[in-house]
Amino acid sequence: MQQLIYFFQKFKYFLFFLLLQFIALAITFNNLSFQKSKFVNSANAISGGLYSQVANISDYFSLKSENEILLEENTHLRNLLELKNIVSLNKDSAIVDSILYFQKYTFLNANIIKNSYANAFNFLTINKGKNQGLHREMAVVNSKGIIGITDNSTSNYTRVQSILNKNSSINARLKNNRYFGSLKWNGENYNVVQLIDIPRQAPIKVGDTIETGGRSAIFPEGILIGSVIKVNNTSTVNNSIDVKLFNDMSNLGPVYVIKNLHKLELETLENTNNE
Amino acid sequence: MNKIVYFTLLFLILLFLQVFVLNNILFLGYVNPYLYIAFVFLFPLNKNRFLFLLLAFLLGLGLDIFSDSGGIHAFATLFIAYVRLFFIKLYFRKYEADYPFFDIHTESFGKVFNYVVTLTIIHHFILFTFANFSFQNITYVVFNTLFSSVFTLVLYFIATFIFTKKQ
Repeated sequence: MQQLIYFFQKFKYFLFFLLLQFIALAITFNNLSFQKSKFVNSANAISGGLYSQVANISDYFSLKSENEILLEENTHLRNLLELKNIVSLNKDSAIVDSILYFQKYTFLNANIIKNSYANAFNFLTINKGKNQGLHREMAVVNSKGIIGITDNSTSNYTRVQSILNKNSSINARLKNNRYFGSLKWNGENYNVVQLIDIPRQAPIKVGDTIETGGRSAIFPEGILIGSVIKVNNTSTVNNSIDVKLFNDMSNLGPVYVIKNLHKLELETLENTNNE
Repeated sequence: MNKIVYFTLLFLILLFLQVFVLNNILFLGYVNPYLYIAFVFLFPLNKNRFLFLLLAFLLGLGLDIFSDSGGIHAFATLFIAYVRLFFIKLYFRKYEADYPFFDIHTESFGKVFNYVVTLTIIHHFILFTFANFSFQNITYVVFNTLFSSVFTLVLYFIATFIFTKKQ
């Protein structure tokens, strides 16, 4: 017993150091697995509140470019609306209100209050949370393309796992045919992500557009991602293709969060298949 | 000035300066100064080290919470806080009896330079190794350590030059 007390006396600082290092390591490993870091993340009330205060001020500097992006998107949507009108004239007289019966997704708007893109595991923070109906595994996009998947929600803030995160994996496909693969990031350039596991017989050219595949319960089909800039001609195991994002991930403002109303249904169906 | 107030303010100022200003610099896309470790250099030596180790851990953890990086800042900061005494013995030849009289501002510049450079490089290397978390981009880790260390050191020495009182 005397020996034991003497041991603790002698090495008390080292033991304290080891204890704290162990806690730090545990938090680090927890953070690497999706949705496990409940406490140490920027979506809590204090850091989220401070970030939104700072974003309140810094948002003014990007107002002009945000307005232009909004105008572009409005023009695009108005053009789509015009096309829709022409089609509906030729339709049968029995009109089904598709908004009520076939709605599969709802959109919410939010603002990014904290952005990061220079690390290997990047996360964003947005200023909407559980009070506004956000929860984990919802898609985050803007008018130019995809941004990430929601990870942890507190009452007013949500952390988003960016597509620039080595753990991120999103179903994606070519726009002109239906070959699909998964979208990963190798951690090097924040403008370029990798599309892997795409079948080798798929005809891919530089400049082809990549969009989301709709094979997950998170992202709707056909949301733009980027264009192919490098095709790997040598036969490697995972057939990786470099894709340049349409989004500039270093300069993001308002975003849309997409909620899939059929998600629970899809997941229960998939889980019963596995058993 | 009251020491408790001074170091509480220093803790908060360094934390918020790092989170809201320095983390957004990203020179050339990835080079950032990590000035907050100045807290480890400036905190007075004490026989009882529990408070210092705990504060270093909390400073790192605070940074981790704001930058969503798990516990890597806490790990790296606590590590240099623990090995600090070893380098003080090595460079300044100070032992336990000298701790109350030790002041980093009165030491010669050469010794302080060695001490600060060593701790900064150790901290940045641990930080970027954990942030990368794979053996793939080892060159990225090394270059980032080098460039960020230079950036941090330049900022640190400019700051000490500005804020130290002239005799």
